[in-house]
Amino acid sequence: MWGAADRYPSREEMRQTLVSRHGAELQTKLEGSTVAICGLGGLGSNLAIALARAGVGRLILLDFDQVDITNLNRQQYKVSQLGQDKTQALAENLREIAPYVSLTCHSVRVTEENLPALLQEADIICEAFDQPEAKAMLVNGVLETLPGKALVAASGMAGLGSPNAIRTRQVGKHFYLCGDEASDVAELGSLFAPQVMLCAAHQAQTVLRILAGEDKL
Amino acid sequence: MVTINGEALDVGGKTLAAYLTQAGYEQTRIAVERNGEIVPKAKYDETQLQEGDVVEVVRFVGGG
Repeated sequence: MWGAADRYPSREEMRQTLVSRHGAELQTKLEGSTVAICGLGGLGSNLAIALARAGVGRLILLDFDQVDITNLNRQQYKVSQLGQDKTQALAENLREIAPYVSLTCHSVRVTEENLPALLQEADIICEAFDQPEAKAMLVNGVLETLPGKALVAASGMAGLGSPNAIRTRQVGKHFYLCGDEASDVAELGSLFAPQVMLCAAHQAQTVLRILAGEDKL
Repeated sequence: MVTINGEALDVGGKTLAAYLTQAGYEQTRIAVERNGEIVPKAKYDETQLQEGDVVEVVRFVGGG
């Protein structure tokens, strides 16, 4: 909450603080960009917050699920948001961080059939699902039906492994993969906030690098 | 030889589907790039690995 004596920051004021840090050229690129985030769990909620803070202009948020008590160990939601659609809960949280980010929310399950229409406006697509079959479906679908769009996916961040195991690798021209590519929650039993945040941070930083024109790792 | 995930393997002439089965991959959890291009899932059966191909098989695990 902002105090009664304080002004709510204007769009231009928020923009200037980013321009003073990033320079006008980079900030103009970031605010002109659209990034889709598929899945708003531990990866997606952290990714969205990082990209909104950095000044990305528009986010497309996709998740069919509602906030559950089992999400609170690693996902950027609050007890007061239990039961809300994740798209709406995350949008609410983002509005308090980056009030002028443009948000498009889809509370739907992403499928092979609907993904081209849902994602075609994005410059970069982030895969942030939890089920391996859903991850593979999205990656195959994007690479097959939306060629030329950058895709930043994640695999392997479960358990209490070394944080240094999380890395980013460029698999193909437009396809980047973050994670240790091995640590499976089905084997390791749990996900811990820091390792999931590290993986989300790899994805977010990769997105910003691509938007800035640094598309080689 | 065919380079798969950085390793030179003597699998030239095999279909991609045959290689994936032999190597124990679950086809619902992977994506395959061959010489920098995605191989559509529907084409695994008909894609024949050629000498000199560079293949990346990405295997997804759970968690996010």
